Amino acid sequence: MKRLCIMLLCAFAVIALAGVNVDAKTCVYCSEGSPEGFNPAFYTAGTTFDASSRPMFDRLVLFELGTTKTIPGLAEKWAISPDGKTYTFYLRKGVKFHTTKNFTPTRDFNADDVIFTFERQRDKNHPYHKVSGGNYEYFVSTGMAALIQNIEKKDDYTVVFHLIRPEAPFIATIAMDFASIFSAEYADKMMKAGTPQEVDLNPVGTGPYVLVQYQKDSTIRYEAHKQYWRGPAKIDKLVYSITPDASVRYAKLKAGECHVMPYPNPADLAQMAKEKDIKLMQMEGLNVGYLAFNTEKKPFDNIKVRQALSMAINKQAIIDAVFQGAGKIAKNPIPPTIWSYNDKVKDYPYDPVAAKKLLAEAGFPNGFETDIWAMPVQRPYNPNARRMAEIIQADWDKIGVKAKIVTYEWGEYLKRSKEGEHQTLLLGWTGDNGDPDNFLAVLLGCDAVGSANRARWCYKPFDDLIKQAKTTSDVAERTRLYEKAQVIFKEQAPWVTIAHSVVFKPMRNEVVNFKIDPFGGHVFYGVDIK
Amino acid sequence: MIKFLLRRIAMIIPTFIGMTLLTFALIHLVPGDPVELIAGERGITPARHAVLRSELGLDKPLLVQYGNYIWGIFHGNLGKSIVTKQPVFKEFMTLFPATMELSFFAMIFAVTLGLPAGIIAGVKRGTFFDHSVMGLSLAGYSMPIFWWGLLLILFFSVFLGWTPVSGRLSALFWIDADTGFMLIDALKSDEKGTFVSAMRHLILPSIVLGTIPLAVIARMTRSAMLEVLTEDYVRTARAKGLSPLRVIMVHALRNALIPVITVIGLQTGVLLAGAILTETIFAWPGVGKWIVESINRRDYPAVQGGILLISSLVILVNLAVDMLYGVVNPRIRHNK
Repeated sequence: MKRLCIMLLCAFAVIALAGVNVDAKTCVYCSEGSPEGFNPAFYTAGTTFDASSRPMFDRLVLFELGTTKTIPGLAEKWAISPDGKTYTFYLRKGVKFHTTKNFTPTRDFNADDVIFTFERQRDKNHPYHKVSGGNYEYFVSTGMAALIQNIEKKDDYTVVFHLIRPEAPFIATIAMDFASIFSAEYADKMMKAGTPQEVDLNPVGTGPYVLVQYQKDSTIRYEAHKQYWRGPAKIDKLVYSITPDASVRYAKLKAGECHVMPYPNPADLAQMAKEKDIKLMQMEGLNVGYLAFNTEKKPFDNIKVRQALSMAINKQAIIDAVFQGAGKIAKNPIPPTIWSYNDKVKDYPYDPVAAKKLLAEAGFPNGFETDIWAMPVQRPYNPNARRMAEIIQADWDKIGVKAKIVTYEWGEYLKRSKEGEHQTLLLGWTGDNGDPDNFLAVLLGCDAVGSANRARWCYKPFDDLIKQAKTTSDVAERTRLYEKAQVIFKEQAPWVTIAHSVVFKPMRNEVVNFKIDPFGGHVFYGVDIK
Repeated sequence: MIKFLLRRIAMIIPTFIGMTLLTFALIHLVPGDPVELIAGERGITPARHAVLRSELGLDKPLLVQYGNYIWGIFHGNLGKSIVTKQPVFKEFMTLFPATMELSFFAMIFAVTLGLPAGIIAGVKRGTFFDHSVMGLSLAGYSMPIFWWGLLLILFFSVFLGWTPVSGRLSALFWIDADTGFMLIDALKSDEKGTFVSAMRHLILPSIVLGTIPLAVIARMTRSAMLEVLTEDYVRTARAKGLSPLRVIMVHALRNALIPVITVIGLQTGVLLAGAILTETIFAWPGVGKWIVESINRRDYPAVQGGILLISSLVILVNLAVDMLYGVVNPRIRHNK
């Protein structure tokens, strides 16, 4: 027995000590989950974009890394007609598509690729429209399907988008992941070979990395695209090691098995900050966590009730207890990192006495009974909705409002709240394109009642402002309109804006030039390993 | 023997139908809507919601959906995943080798340690060794897997640096997954060090997954041995003057093995289906984790197909165990 034990130990040690460490120019990213697929047009999850659109593709317009500013991408420049309905894109020359085991491109990127990418999503009769299921969720939900009248190829390097109406956020919208440009030549080849789905399974893009291999739920391997138009990436090999558990991701980071990890446990942050091999980057997230009043239901149709309940919530206590410091009190429905954020808006102070008085003025001196819906899942804008609901419940109790906490399974929660079953509910939003319209119209516009407008708040003076801002291309004018809209929003109080969370990115010290993406993505172009 | 086999196979058919019905009913009883999950906070208009449900075939009555599902099974088609749009069978077969490899090594670990430990504990009843084996196996059985896995990772991987934290192969090696069995693929690869890396990655997950079966096997072997050792034929064998080793290994153990084999068979089923926690901790790309994720996403075809395939395997393993009885103990004949 003793001999057996010794032999086992020896074998264990030999195997263990034969280990290797990660190579200098290989960057390993311990991602949190598997991508749903590799065509970003079909999906809405950040995990999927991290693995597809961000390493492998470019768009006509890109976001400058680390900001929400749009910069030229595959389009060198663009011109907008005076009526705001025609966008002419002048395409970049000499952009190479990836060479993969399936495909060797014979030509550079040109207008045909832009037409293919957008027509596939727009035109129901396009030969590729139905391939791989054909649900273009973002294209439909951002309104592109109803907005684009037609797309015209002027010449090989000029494409014109004709819109049905002026749409100021159009440039920001086509910088989003779903508008990643695919190779039309590859699509033709695969269609002729009878395997059109290959375009989505093993896609070909123009981005900084080429997909080499995907082992489901395990690893994704990329190699640098040597002919990338912005210059080849500094990291030769990029590996996504799919690691769903946050504690294990942290252990891998400590052991040097990965260089960067997303979504740390809030409880691990203090320890991470002390580690000598790890640096902890942080940035305010492009998000907002809120409590929405169902303004169609009594007594929340009364502005005074909404204002009173807003005043009764101690937001600082929520930041301390729920966000454990990793959050900032929100006073506007858009985060401070978005242009047109109105810093002059005054938030409702935490004042239970004034709140009780206001409630009495509204006709509820003894309060009333209501519910607070709390999400069953952790989201970037709300790490613990249940805990948050309990704090709000206690705060409201002080002014006589008795609230019952309600929760449902996540899909059910989204469905029922969309249908307006709730009285008050906790939810939030992470921005898609850095445009104020992506928060104000999507979440609070009259058109969004019945979908993302969970407060079911349709207030004409506010709605007119955001509609006007949407059709004006002058940024100064838009800023003025949005600032005004935020004042109206605060006064009307359809939501209690609670917090903007802070995003943390732990990484090893040898990682340089990593920039936190305000959209929550993970981009490795430009990153180097010392 | 053949008659027995046929009878057992005939019994599988109702079990199989019951299983499809149960899986289908349970996953559809759970509240939630895959279409709402796809849309997230953005929400979706009722018209678009109806279009998507119809495209996924979810607008039909449940009975029709069940009928389509059964029809598909008889035609060898388990449907396509709602999320990835890939055939469920293909996804399962991509992930199953990982689960099988891990379960195999976990079982090797459990049997090679559990069987001798149980035999010795049974033979040396009441000694310090016996008490230690019983105490440790109780601890092993009641150990929360998540805690145990993280503890081993922190000690062996982070503190000592002996084993990798998770995954199946170091990020340095870029090999083709031809068979899906990492050890075989590593052997086929030209890159030096791949096999060793794959072996190192197997150590901790096998220990963690094998801990509960190890405890069960050790306890079961001990109690079976205790029972057999008091039998008359063992006393006779001893009286004949046979060596103690021969008495234990030939006369006692062979009879004690029947319940142990049953347990090993059942535990193999548990390993195949129940590696979810181990797979999650060690980022092991197996079917357990895949099924749980599919449940969370309400990916009905993936859940139904995955559970059906796993249950079929468990049934097959149990059938094989029944067959093994006759081999281990010739007194058990299946030809009656």
